[in-house]
Amino acid sequence: MSTTTQEVGFVSPKTGARWIPVIGLEVHCQLKTWTKLFCGCRNEFGAPPNSLTCPVCTAQPGALPVLNREALDLALRTAIALGAEVAPRSKFDRKNYFYCDLPKGYQISQYDQPYCKGGGITLASGKRVRLTRIHLEEDAGKAIHDRGTTTLVDLNRAGVPLIESVSEADMQSSQEAGEYLDALKELLQYVGASDCDMEKGSLRCDVNISVHPPDEPWRTKVELKNLNSFKNVQAAIEFEIRRQVEAYESGDAAQRPVQETRLFDAVAGVTRSMRRKEDAHDYRYFPEPDLPPITIASEMLERQRALLPELPAARRERYQKSFGLSAYDAGVLTADRALADFFETVVRLSSKPKEAANLITNQLLRNLKDPELPASSIDELPFRAHDIAVLIQLIESGAISGQAGGKVLRAMFQTGQSPKDLVASLGLEQVNDSAALEGWCREALVGKDKIIADVKAGKTKAVGALVGPVMKASKGSANPQVVQEILLRLISEGP
Amino acid sequence: MSRALPIQDACAQAAAFRRGESSAEQNVRDAFDRIDALDGSLNAFAVLERERALALAAAIDRDRANGIAAGALAGVPVALKANMCWEGVEAHCGSRILAGYRPPYTATFVRRLLDAGAIPLGMTNMDEFAMGSSGENSAFGIARNPWDKSRTPGGSSSGSAAAVASGMVALALGSDTGGSVRQPAAFCGIAGFKPTYGRVSRYGLIAFGSSLDQVSPFARSVRDIELAMHVISGVDSFDSTTAQLPPLEADPSDADLKGLRIGLPREYFPNGLSDSVRAVLEAAKQKLAALGAELVEVSLPHTPYAIPTYYVVATAEASSNLARYDGIRYGKRVEGDGTLQGMFAATRAAGFGAEVQRRILLGTYVLSSGYYDAWYNRALRVRRLLRQDFDLAFEKVDLIVGPTTPTPAFRIGEKTSDPVAMYLSDVMTAPTSLAGLPGISIPCGFVEESGASLPLGMQIIGPALGDTRVLRAARVFEAATDHHARRPDLKPLEHARA
Amino acid sequence: MSDSKITPAAAPSGEADVLHIARLARLAIDPAHSRQVAAQFARILEEFKTLTTLDVEGVEPMTRPTDSTDVLRDDRERPSLTVEDALANAPARVENFFSVPKTIGGEA
Repeated sequence: MSTTTQEVGFVSPKTGARWIPVIGLEVHCQLKTWTKLFCGCRNEFGAPPNSLTCPVCTAQPGALPVLNREALDLALRTAIALGAEVAPRSKFDRKNYFYCDLPKGYQISQYDQPYCKGGGITLASGKRVRLTRIHLEEDAGKAIHDRGTTTLVDLNRAGVPLIESVSEADMQSSQEAGEYLDALKELLQYVGASDCDMEKGSLRCDVNISVHPPDEPWRTKVELKNLNSFKNVQAAIEFEIRRQVEAYESGDAAQRPVQETRLFDAVAGVTRSMRRKEDAHDYRYFPEPDLPPITIASEMLERQRALLPELPAARRERYQKSFGLSAYDAGVLTADRALADFFETVVRLSSKPKEAANLITNQLLRNLKDPELPASSIDELPFRAHDIAVLIQLIESGAISGQAGGKVLRAMFQTGQSPKDLVASLGLEQVNDSAALEGWCREALVGKDKIIADVKAGKTKAVGALVGPVMKASKGSANPQVVQEILLRLISEGP
Repeated sequence: MSRALPIQDACAQAAAFRRGESSAEQNVRDAFDRIDALDGSLNAFAVLERERALALAAAIDRDRANGIAAGALAGVPVALKANMCWEGVEAHCGSRILAGYRPPYTATFVRRLLDAGAIPLGMTNMDEFAMGSSGENSAFGIARNPWDKSRTPGGSSSGSAAAVASGMVALALGSDTGGSVRQPAAFCGIAGFKPTYGRVSRYGLIAFGSSLDQVSPFARSVRDIELAMHVISGVDSFDSTTAQLPPLEADPSDADLKGLRIGLPREYFPNGLSDSVRAVLEAAKQKLAALGAELVEVSLPHTPYAIPTYYVVATAEASSNLARYDGIRYGKRVEGDGTLQGMFAATRAAGFGAEVQRRILLGTYVLSSGYYDAWYNRALRVRRLLRQDFDLAFEKVDLIVGPTTPTPAFRIGEKTSDPVAMYLSDVMTAPTSLAGLPGISIPCGFVEESGASLPLGMQIIGPALGDTRVLRAARVFEAATDHHARRPDLKPLEHARA
Repeated sequence: MSDSKITPAAAPSGEADVLHIARLARLAIDPAHSRQVAAQFARILEEFKTLTTLDVEGVEPMTRPTDSTDVLRDDRERPSLTVEDALANAPARVENFFSVPKTIGGEA
C-alpha cells in the first residue's frame, strides 16, 4: 500500500506529529430489481407502510425464500465492472439476531462463500483502492423511533436485495473516501445495478478507521455508523481522525481508542460511542438450508459481461481520443450515463463532436439546472437528440448565429417545438445580407475613433468590442463572423 | 351409534363419489359424526372447521351436478396437522405462542388437496412445533392411541395418526422430521410415508428442521398413500428445495417381490428387542421371502450416531426457524420489562413449552461461537457418513427393511421424566430423515402387552427418489397380509353426545 | 465460523453458560428453574458426547440431503398481501405499522 505523495496523513495541530489514517468502507447498495430478493413483492421506495409485503418477507410461519435471478445478474455485472473475481460456487448463510425490523430473526446473507472477491476502484486522483469482497444479502425493514410512544415497524423494505461491498483499508483521508464513494456510485449507476441514492436509502455506508504513526503497526479500528450523506461520511472521518489522534497523544490509557461502534451526530458534528452492550453479537452463522448453492459458469459470466455498458473511464478515454474532447469535457459528459448516451446520439447524427460537446456541456446542462425550465434531467427533455443535431447544423451552416442558437435551445425547453419551427417563429434567421449588416456596422462605428485608430494601427482584435452592439442591433440574428469582416472592411476603407 | 364402522379407504370414497353413489356433504357429515363420537376420548383434532368443510362439500357437489370433472380426491374428507397453513384456519402448532394464529395464505400442498376436491375437516393435534414423539408436548391436551387409550399414538403427528386409525378420516397429512409420521403410523397400525426430501413442497408447512421436514400422508392402505402423494407432490416455485420433478406416479404392478433384493440392517435388529417383537419381525421377514424377495444382511455402521446427529442438526435449524416467534407480527406477546429485548424473552418464555425451550437452547448452543465446529459442523459431517452408509448398502440391495420402532406404543407418562429416553425412540427413523431418503411404515403384526393387542410397524426405506419402488413393495406386502385390515375396538372410546 | 478454543468434549459448566445461551436465544429462564434446566442440558450433551469423538477426517459437512443448485425465479411481481392481511395477526398495531416497545436505534 503506497503512502507516497506529498502530504499523506494528518498533522496533529497539538504536537505537529504526523499520523496515518487507515480507512476502509463497507457500502450497502440496494439493487434496482423490480421485485425483492427472495419474494415477488415490488422493490419500491416510498410506498404506504406495509403495502409491499407477503408471507415470505413478513416471515409468516411456513414461508420460504426463492432467489431473484435479476438480483444475481446485477450483482454479477457489478463484480465484472469492479474487476472482482466471481466465485464458481457460492451459498447463502443465516445471520441470526433479534431486532424488530428483522422479521425472521435472521438475515439471509453470505458469510464464508461470498459471490465475489477482490477487484477495486480507481479514485479520481488515480489511486487504486482494493475491494476485499462483495456479497448478496436481504435488507431489513424500517423501524421508526420518533413517532409516538412506541417504535413503529414497516416491512416494505424487508427483503430488498443488497450488495455489501467491503473495501480494503486502503484509504487515508476523508477526501479519498469521498472519491471512493463517488466512483462506486458512478460505476453502479452506469451498470444499472443501483441508484446509489443515500437520501432514499439505496446506498448506506459504514466506516472502519484507525490511525497510526508512520512506519508503525496499525492500531485499533473503530466502526462509524449512521452516516447518511457523502458529506457526513467525510465529516465523520475528519472528526474521528482528530479524536483518535488526540486520544493517543493525551497519553491517558483510559482514553485509548477501543474496538467499538460509534454513531455520527450530524448536528453536533461528532461521533459518539454506542451504549456498551452486555454481549457482543454472536451471529451463529450457518448455511441456509432453504436455498441451494449458486454455481456460476463462465458462459453465464460472459453473458453478463456482454450486457455491461461501456464503463465511465473507458468512455472518457474514447471521447478524448476519438472526438478530441478535453478531459474536462469528457468528464462532464460521462458523469451521467443518460447524458453520455444522449451526447453520442447527437454526435452520430451530426458528426460534430466538438460542437455537440460544447452545446451540451454549456447551454444544455445550464438549462437543466434552471428552475424556471421544466426539465431537470436528460430523461425529462421535451425534445430529442435529433433536434439538437439539427440545431447544431443550423448554427454551423450559418443559418443562425450561436447566440440565436442559445435562444432557440431555451425555447425548445419551454415548448418542445423543433428548432426550425422556432427559428421561423422567433425570427432568428441569421442575417448575412451585407447591405443590412453594413448599415448596422456603419452605425456602430460612429464615434468610435479610438477603436478605428487601434485597428488601423494593427490591433485588429480591437474591433471585437464593436461586434456586440451590432449583434444587439440585429437582435442577435447577425452572423458575428461576417459582422467582424464588414467592420474591418469598413474601417480599412474609411478615413 | 357407530358411524365408527370401518369406512372405505380414500380411493374407494373417491370412486364412489365419481360414480354418483355418494355426496361430498354426506361424507363430511358422517365424518363429523364419527369425530363427535370419538374425539372426546382421543383428542385427535385441535381445530374443527365444520362450516368451512360443509361449504367446500356443497361446492364440490354443485360442481359434479354441473358436469365439472371431479378431482382425484373429490368428496373425500381429510385432516391436516396443526402446523399446516390453510388460509384463515387456526394453525397453532400445538403451541401457546401461536394460539389463535390464522395464516394469511394457504400452503401449496393444501392448495393441491383442495384443487383435487379433498375436504379438510380441521387441524389435528400435535407435539408443539413437531418436537416430540408422543403428543405429550402439546399445549392443547394429549391425543390418545385408539388401540389403547392409556398409550400414546406416537408423535409428533399424534392427532393425524389417531384420526386415521380410529376411522374418523381415511386420509390425514402429517409432517415427518425424524420419524414424526412413521413412528405414529407404527404405533397406530396404519401406513405413514415420508417421501424423499424435496418430493413435496414445504411452502406452508410451519418449519421445524428445514433440511429434514417433509409433508407425509397417513392412510390405512398404501393405495391411498399413493393417491395422496400423486396429488400433493411435485416441484413448487415457492419452495427452492423441491426436486425438479412432476407429481409422483405409482407403479401399478401388483404381482410379487421377485427380483427385489431387500437389505436387513443388523443395527436395526438390536439385542434389546423383546421376544414378541422379534417374533413379529421374523414373520414379516418370512412373508417378504415368500413373496419372492431376496433377503440380505447389510450394515449401517454409523447408526449409533444417528440420534445425536439428528438432535444437533434439527435443533440448530429449529433454534433459527423459531426465532421469528417474537410477539411482533403474530402470536402471543408478553410485555416483560417493557424493553424490546425484554419483550422477546418474556414472550418466548411464556409461549414455548419446556421441550421446545430445551431444543432451542440446544440448537443455539451448537451454533454458538466456539462450539460450531465441535458440534454443528461435526454433526453435518457425521450426517454425510450416515448417508454414505445407505448409499453403500443400496449398491447391494434395492430396499432396506427393519422395524419402525423397537417397541409398540408406550404409555402416556412413561418417558416424560427423561427427555433423552424420548429421543432414543427415534433411533430407527432418524437416519432416513438425515439422509433425505423415502421411508414408509406399514403394519406388520401385533404384540400383546398388558392384555392389549398393540400394532407393530415395519419400515421400508428406499434410495433417494425411490419413492415409487418403496410404495409398490409396501402395497404388495400389505396385500399379502391382513394386519392393515384389523381395527381397534372403538367401543371404549365412544361416548354419547348430550 | 469457528474457533475451536473449547475442546470438543467440554459441555457448558453450569447455570452461567446456560443463562448465556438463553440470552442469545431470547428465552427468559425462571431463576427458580435454572438449575434444573442446566442439569437437563448437561445430561443431553453428555448423552450426545459420542458424536464428538468419532473420526470424521476428510468428510465434508452435509447441510442438505440433496445436490440441487441454482434454483432461481424471474424478477416478476407476485401479488402482495393487503395491508389488513399483513397486520391481521399482529398483537400490537398503530395505524398501518407493527408496534413494539420503544427502542433507540440499532440492534439493542
